[in-house]
Amino acid sequence: MFLINCPYCGERDQQEFKAGGEAHIERPKQPTELSDDEWAEYLFMRKNIKGVQFERWNHAHGCRKWFNMVRDTSNDEIKAIYKMGEKPPSQ
Amino acid sequence: MTKNLRVKSSEYIDETNRISFKFNGKTYHGFKGDTLASALLANDVHLVGRSFKYHRPRGIMTSGSEEPNAIVQVNPGTNRTEPNVRATEVEIYEGLEASSQNCWPSVEFDIGGINNFLSPFFPAGFYYKTFMWPASFWEKYEFFIRHSAGLGKSPTSSDPDIYDHRNVHCDVLVVGAGISGILAAKYAAKNNFKTLIVDEKNELGGSTIFENNEFNKIDNKTPSEWLKKEIEELKGIKNLEIKTRTSVAAYHQYNYLLARENLTDHLETKDKTNKIRQRLLKIRAKKVILATGALERPLIFNNNDRPGIMLSSAIKRYSEFYGVACGSKNIFFTNNDSAYESALSLYNKGIHVEAVIDIRDQSESKIVKKVEEAGIKIYWSHTIVDTAGYKRLNSVSIMKLSNDGTSVTGSKISISCDCLGVAGGWTPAVHLYTQSGSKLKFDEEKQIFLPNQNTSEQISVGSCGGDFKIDEIIKNLNQKLKDKLNIKETNLDNIKVEIDQENSKRNIWLLPSDIPLGKTKPFVDFQNDATAKDIKLALREGFRSIEHVKRYTTTGMGTDQGKLGNMHALGIIADTAGVKMGELGTTTFRPPYTPLTFGTIVGRNVGKFFDIFRKTPMNDWHVENKAEFENVGQWKRAWYYPINGENMHQAVQRESKAARESAGILDASTLGKIDIQGSDASEFLNRIYTNAWSKLAIGKCRYGLMLNEDGMVYDDGVTTRLGENHYLMTTTTGGAANVLGKLEDYLQTEWPELDVYLTSVTDHYATASLCGPNSKKILKKIISNLDLSDESFPHMSFKEAKIGNIQCRIMRISFTGEHSYEINVQASYGKDLWEKCMEAGKEFNITPYGTETMHLLRAEKGFIIVGQDTDGTMTPIDLQMDWIISKKKYDFIGKRSLYRSDTMREDRKQLVGLLTDDPNIVLEEGAQIVSELNQNPVEMLGHVTSSYFSPNLNKSIALAVVRGGKDMMGKKLFVPMENKNINVTIANPVFYDEKNERLNA
Repeated sequence: MFLINCPYCGERDQQEFKAGGEAHIERPKQPTELSDDEWAEYLFMRKNIKGVQFERWNHAHGCRKWFNMVRDTSNDEIKAIYKMGEKPPSQ
Repeated sequence: MTKNLRVKSSEYIDETNRISFKFNGKTYHGFKGDTLASALLANDVHLVGRSFKYHRPRGIMTSGSEEPNAIVQVNPGTNRTEPNVRATEVEIYEGLEASSQNCWPSVEFDIGGINNFLSPFFPAGFYYKTFMWPASFWEKYEFFIRHSAGLGKSPTSSDPDIYDHRNVHCDVLVVGAGISGILAAKYAAKNNFKTLIVDEKNELGGSTIFENNEFNKIDNKTPSEWLKKEIEELKGIKNLEIKTRTSVAAYHQYNYLLARENLTDHLETKDKTNKIRQRLLKIRAKKVILATGALERPLIFNNNDRPGIMLSSAIKRYSEFYGVACGSKNIFFTNNDSAYESALSLYNKGIHVEAVIDIRDQSESKIVKKVEEAGIKIYWSHTIVDTAGYKRLNSVSIMKLSNDGTSVTGSKISISCDCLGVAGGWTPAVHLYTQSGSKLKFDEEKQIFLPNQNTSEQISVGSCGGDFKIDEIIKNLNQKLKDKLNIKETNLDNIKVEIDQENSKRNIWLLPSDIPLGKTKPFVDFQNDATAKDIKLALREGFRSIEHVKRYTTTGMGTDQGKLGNMHALGIIADTAGVKMGELGTTTFRPPYTPLTFGTIVGRNVGKFFDIFRKTPMNDWHVENKAEFENVGQWKRAWYYPINGENMHQAVQRESKAARESAGILDASTLGKIDIQGSDASEFLNRIYTNAWSKLAIGKCRYGLMLNEDGMVYDDGVTTRLGENHYLMTTTTGGAANVLGKLEDYLQTEWPELDVYLTSVTDHYATASLCGPNSKKILKKIISNLDLSDESFPHMSFKEAKIGNIQCRIMRISFTGEHSYEINVQASYGKDLWEKCMEAGKEFNITPYGTETMHLLRAEKGFIIVGQDTDGTMTPIDLQMDWIISKKKYDFIGKRSLYRSDTMREDRKQLVGLLTDDPNIVLEEGAQIVSELNQNPVEMLGHVTSSYFSPNLNKSIALAVVRGGKDMMGKKLFVPMENKNINVTIANPVFYDEKNERLNA
């Protein structure tokens, strides 16, 4: 059970949060211009990394804010947490 | 007559408090402070169970939670009965009953014991190999296997006890209250850390509390005396909470631990009632100090499982702590010095020790000398090759061990005995450590796994960290505390420790016998009956991974999770495969460390607290009027209102007719409601719904369909424009929370530039939906000053009004196809509104209807229910709702996906109406639809999604999804059922009032 440092509320138990998949996948601005393959890349393709991964999390049972997390999936170490729109930390 | 084996008074046993208890129906006596195991041993009862596979007689082996054999059913036949409880952990109380498991008719005479003699036919993987063929026989095999499998019996009536959960936060959690745990807790608390120390036993002190070895001294006192003073001091320290009978079950990441606190299991039945039995502590600790100690290893030799064969350390605990001799003629079998401590302990109490058999060729330590001086015969370089005694050990056979330890030589000596203490060295209890995600390293010299890479704020102190001698323990503990807790000085620097230094050990994982391995039974896992030869067989059959060998042989898979024998299994695999143990790794230790009851896991979340349920403000009225309820998400919704003994069908037929012929009223308060405000609200709706919203006039309503980005229908509902920058969205009842979550997601992460604010107002408003040709007259009676003409208040529009002093929002929208109003008031006025409508509608026979009638009425109109007629694979085009997709909008969620090659396929399943040729047959929802009856295998075209008997059309109607159904209008198909084939025809899904004339009726 993680202890997650919500950037708006502080440290809270994992059960207050919802994981939201890979971070930094931007919705294409002009979807109609994309080929099926390009759209599929956005829609379906997700990484499943063993190691450092960038993820979206939502403080669903708290402030309901979304934020980003850098997590090592091999040992669940949370390396960084930053707000939506902020630049991801360089590794 | 049973013997009394009490040997001395122990301060932990209250001999003035005599307790009677029953074991296997027979009454015995023990004292307050005894465990079931110690009390049975005092009565000379060793045989307590039968093994799982071979039904071999088994005795008490240990004195702790690692016990593999002495697992019993407590209080059988009562509602408090519990299976698989370790007799070594049960504290006895007046009236306790317990019985053996896995034996029939009794532990003394067990039919299953025949398995022992058939054992050559039950090798590892027996079940996998035997029951594979013929495949069709599996059901028969399963029946028999299930009947012979399983250990205890679960209770058949509900649990009378109360269980609890508690969240605990502390700076330092110390797990284990042996010498190192006690010292760690003391210095943590004294340095202002909020500290919690837990121990699974009822007394603090671990094994040091009865350590009276004369060669070990702390500050010139015996370790026992010294530690007792420390414990006294501990009890007075502020900042420190001590919890006994509390066992840590799980150690998760980020120092989140689950512990079970046992509160009433040791009390008499009359004292158990109305108290919390067990409490699950959910502990979040800033730092964790593991002081879980070490478990003594058995030795693996032929027939090492007979009742009377025990761990040497357990014999010592029984004698020193409980004042019980486990036998009257004792032998010890060892590979290190610790058995000599046990031997001496017995000797000092006048209990006869026959011999010590040591696989080493010598030891120089003082304690060994002392044992020799006591006249106890020591057989150096000898091993046990066999034991005898079916229900109780009566002798051992020993032979000289070869220099390399792989074979035996010379002649066999038989020594009679009634108890054998085995000492195979110590395994640090690293289970919790590895559960936390931390990694172990194998120490080739000590032949143990030790903590290596910590992943959380933790330290392992004492023997679970590899320090076995008191001087090492104190020295390393001191250093670790200073480093980890940033403590500058401790008194530990000044403690004087004298110890007996010898530490020689000879490790042989599988001891040889003069009998070939194939004919021996050297047990590795006592509970699951896995022997060394099973492990070797698995290796011969090609298994290499330790995880695979474990599953194939079931080694370590019992309720004890192989706490005793896992290391030997690894050792034997490593020796046989010729690899190093460090390379082999270990199997995974999984929570819980010891089994937890279901009660502890669920705590108070039982019965009506199992899940929350939500009730509408009109709920009391529904209950008073005998509504039947259905669960929709977390809501309790009125399902139908039976009168005069109607069944559901009759009630629904009546309600449906009344709603169309005169007036009906539905409690629609459960619909999700989201208040949307902000200067970009219209643009936001444009992006999330498939249709256009910019031109919706203030005061108008519009139906919208929401897709996922993959183009599939996600939710639907009517949204009303309340003001220039203000909308009220409704969602499906079950989808409300998810829709809000999804909208927030887009707003926060994709479109933060939009000025839009979302607020859930589902619970703020109560909604009564008034429908039918007389609904207008009823509303007029309630609100006389409102112009209800079609010109002023047309379909799909909204008005604010007042009923008396109550402000309300009225939407003229319809989910039934009838002239209809949805009246919204502040939730607290909901019941009042409902009663007013009922009163006003009396002259029109206003009929309350529930969700079932609502479903029927909308099906007559062909309106979909998201989640019933759709399943996450339906696009609006599949639903034949192309009209709702804006052609003008550049983009909306899911738009691009509607033009993917897959979503454009013509042969997708599409929503159609379905009529049965016989109008009286009502199809089953979920029934499959086919076009050919004689195909094999038959091709499924689709399935029925909604089906009802329509009282207004006087025929059966259904909605279905059918492959390519859009172009199959009028086509004859079949719905094959178990006993008959039903002829059906594809029809227009709008069955009733196709021209929507009733909306303005």
